[in-house]
Amino acid sequence: MKVWQKNLILIVLAVAIAALPLWLLPNAEFGGADGQAEEVVQELNPGYQPWFEPILEPASGEVESLLFALQAAVGAGIVGFVLGRITKKPGGKDES
Amino acid sequence: MTTQRNHRLLRTAALLIGLLGLLPMSASAMHIAEGFLPAGWCVVWGAVCVPFVAAGFLSIKKKVEMAPRAKILLAMCGAFAFVLSALKLPSFNGSCSHPTGVGLGAILFGPMTMAVLGLIVLLFQALLLAHGGLTTLGANTFSMAIAGPIVSWLVYKLLRKAKAPAPVAVFAAAALGDLFTYVVTSFQLGVIDGGMARYLMVFAVTQIPLAIVEGLLTVVVFNVLEKYSKTELEALCVL
Repeated sequence: MKVWQKNLILIVLAVAIAALPLWLLPNAEFGGADGQAEEVVQELNPGYQPWFEPILEPASGEVESLLFALQAAVGAGIVGFVLGRITKKPGGKDES
Repeated sequence: MTTQRNHRLLRTAALLIGLLGLLPMSASAMHIAEGFLPAGWCVVWGAVCVPFVAAGFLSIKKKVEMAPRAKILLAMCGAFAFVLSALKLPSFNGSCSHPTGVGLGAILFGPMTMAVLGLIVLLFQALLLAHGGLTTLGANTFSMAIAGPIVSWLVYKLLRKAKAPAPVAVFAAAALGDLFTYVVTSFQLGVIDGGMARYLMVFAVTQIPLAIVEGLLTVVVFNVLEKYSKTELEALCVL
């Protein structure tokens, strides 16, 4: 089997595993695990006050999703660039 | 008290809006949130991380000398962790978390290198995204950038010794390293007021399918490297 065929199967599998909970649990909240942990902290130690606040908090959920998308985009760009370089055909022009 | 109440209200509101699908989940995913670790523990975990990060810088220098052409792979490992830790995925227990992406770098460059790269990722998220935090940076660095990568690296080396095929070893290493990160997170919270089992339910159980996803995606990248970058992988003693 060629590498791209193997990888295609793996990627489809990964997407399926990621999407399955959405389909199996249509009514779940899908909140963040860290938010839930904060609740456990409050439960075990009811008087606990977070003693430090984030210096910069994204102004809204939209801004936060922008930053997360940016993080993923920058990372994916670099990964793609490197994979492109190392898989370039041997005889191709090398401009570096 | 009022600020805490406001936070509660805000979070509930965000959850409701999120449910309507108007907003991607606001109360973000994993890592210990800012201010949620008593100061003493912040110092302890921070201090524990220092030697690892220092060793990381030395290890990067050594690896780059060992295999100069692998520098570009180092950049890719950092970027891979960047991508994966930005992806918040739903899990079977109805909550969300994200993979760590540090397994790949641990396999290629050893666990110490990832102490540095993981720290960079966590710093970015703590400073710009209010995700994780500066006071909890030490604890989060220890779980995600030190403990997880050490497990990944050990699992990979052991499975390779046992003659397992490289992709199988990569899958197991990345998945178990990811999972172990959250076991450590649960421990870090559980030692304070107890309730380890509850934290494990919140963090580690959520993480199981995500760890599998991370394992699969790490194998995808590894397959390409194995085919096209064999010489670098050999120079780094990965194959």
